[in-house]
Amino acid sequence: MNKLELHDSDGKPKAVMLSERVHWVGSLDPDLRTFDIILKSANGTTYNAYVIRGSEGVAVVDTVKEGFADDFFSRLESVADYSEIKVIVLNHLEPDHTGALPELMKRAPQAQLYISQKAQSMLKALLKQDEMSYTPVLTGDRVSLGDRTLEFLHTPYLHWPDTQCTYLAEENILFSGDVFGCHYCDNRLFNDHVGDFRFSFEYYYAHIMRPFKDYVMRALDLIEPLPVTMIAPTHGPILRDRPDRYVRRYRQLSSPSLASEISCDQKTLLIFYISSYGNTRRMAEAVYAGAMQVPDVRVSLYDLEGGEVDPFVDLIEEADGLIFGTPTINGDAVKPIWDLLSSLTVINIKTKLGGVFGSYGWTGEGVPLVEDRLRGLKMRVPIPGLRVKLIPTDEEIQACHDFGLELAKELMGLRSQKVLNFADLA
Amino acid sequence: MAKSTITFEDINVTVTVPAGTRVIEVSEKVGSGITYGCREGDCGTCIMKVTSGWNHLTEPSVLEDKILRENMAGKHNRLACQAQVLGGEISVHPV
Repeated sequence: MNKLELHDSDGKPKAVMLSERVHWVGSLDPDLRTFDIILKSANGTTYNAYVIRGSEGVAVVDTVKEGFADDFFSRLESVADYSEIKVIVLNHLEPDHTGALPELMKRAPQAQLYISQKAQSMLKALLKQDEMSYTPVLTGDRVSLGDRTLEFLHTPYLHWPDTQCTYLAEENILFSGDVFGCHYCDNRLFNDHVGDFRFSFEYYYAHIMRPFKDYVMRALDLIEPLPVTMIAPTHGPILRDRPDRYVRRYRQLSSPSLASEISCDQKTLLIFYISSYGNTRRMAEAVYAGAMQVPDVRVSLYDLEGGEVDPFVDLIEEADGLIFGTPTINGDAVKPIWDLLSSLTVINIKTKLGGVFGSYGWTGEGVPLVEDRLRGLKMRVPIPGLRVKLIPTDEEIQACHDFGLELAKELMGLRSQKVLNFADLA
Repeated sequence: MAKSTITFEDINVTVTVPAGTRVIEVSEKVGSGITYGCREGDCGTCIMKVTSGWNHLTEPSVLEDKILRENMAGKHNRLACQAQVLGGEISVHPV
């Protein structure tokens, strides 16, 4: 029941029909356990590629990872001759989708390659071929296969700069690239036949799409108005049963949730600290008290010792400002701080306000090292970090209070512009 | 000597500088979030957005143009380690 024939009677891989004119010609990779270093998969993945037949030619949409090319070519050959291929579309140039491209272009040299505008420099860097002919496309560009037409949607940063989607208007099929995909390998292929892949779908979004929520929303603005009866992504199940559910879920996952908790004129400031002898903690409490003086700043104080990284990452994603307090031990900030700061690649923290403080015993490198990290993450660090040698004095506690106050004012746009002369800068 | 002002919008700091100063010379001293890699116009780490006063900076060299293109830089983006101020008022922020 529900078993698809992915091989012919001789055991040779064959294409799977999505519609009379559209076939899946991808490959299964059930042994994959780690993808792109950052993702796990407990049951592998699929590299989905598709063939579309029009009255005036055939199009291939995406290819597969290089080591899985044999299955791809075998399935392709089961539904088309290479001489019929008029169009090759790459929705995304990552090697798991372009691995079979050089060989495909050798076998179908007459085919014209269509990539997004932003894919051009990547194509050269990936394939190391200077003399490649291709057509860059943007939203609204079309290519005709006679009675079938491919339309392109420019959907950058989902999850690379080059990503795009391709829409087959006559059949309402969206070839979405990695969007709406997941690492889930099931040879029944279709979402109404495979096992429960909800976790894989959410996990994939959380690691691949989440850093680009703004871009996801812009892409959804293009996708949502289209009549879509099937979404054909490059990984995981093909979504033919109520595909609109997955589009809605992307909208839901990409929409800010904090906005419903605070009023629109308020901003949130999170203070994270860790302390070995209580000195950085005392500083944190003074920073907190100072920040609280500014109206409409919702300040939270968190001891990293009492929390786990993932929920903190969730909080940071929607916060407007972040202040970190770290002692310096053996010339470095401490591991819980680095653990948190190395876990932020799944969210977008560019241009958030940042600040750093901490107590130290000898030389105090921890604070400037964390400041550099915040700048490296493209945060704004307008006020120099605050360091206190060992136990803070009353004056130093007051300085911490003022540090929090000034950062909170900065957050609310209440600090006046500082004007300096170059000759006076150290 | 001609004077110019450059404003780092991310930290809300304006600095009066002599003409010929490279942005890198100022931004690090005031703590702007523009980050640097090679510091010699090759890596593209220090791409910044020039929000006003674009014409008050030196023209990008052929090499800078190449690096900007390779990094898919947007309109009015420059390398902070290469751009020199000529005069007038300039505003920038990190990309």
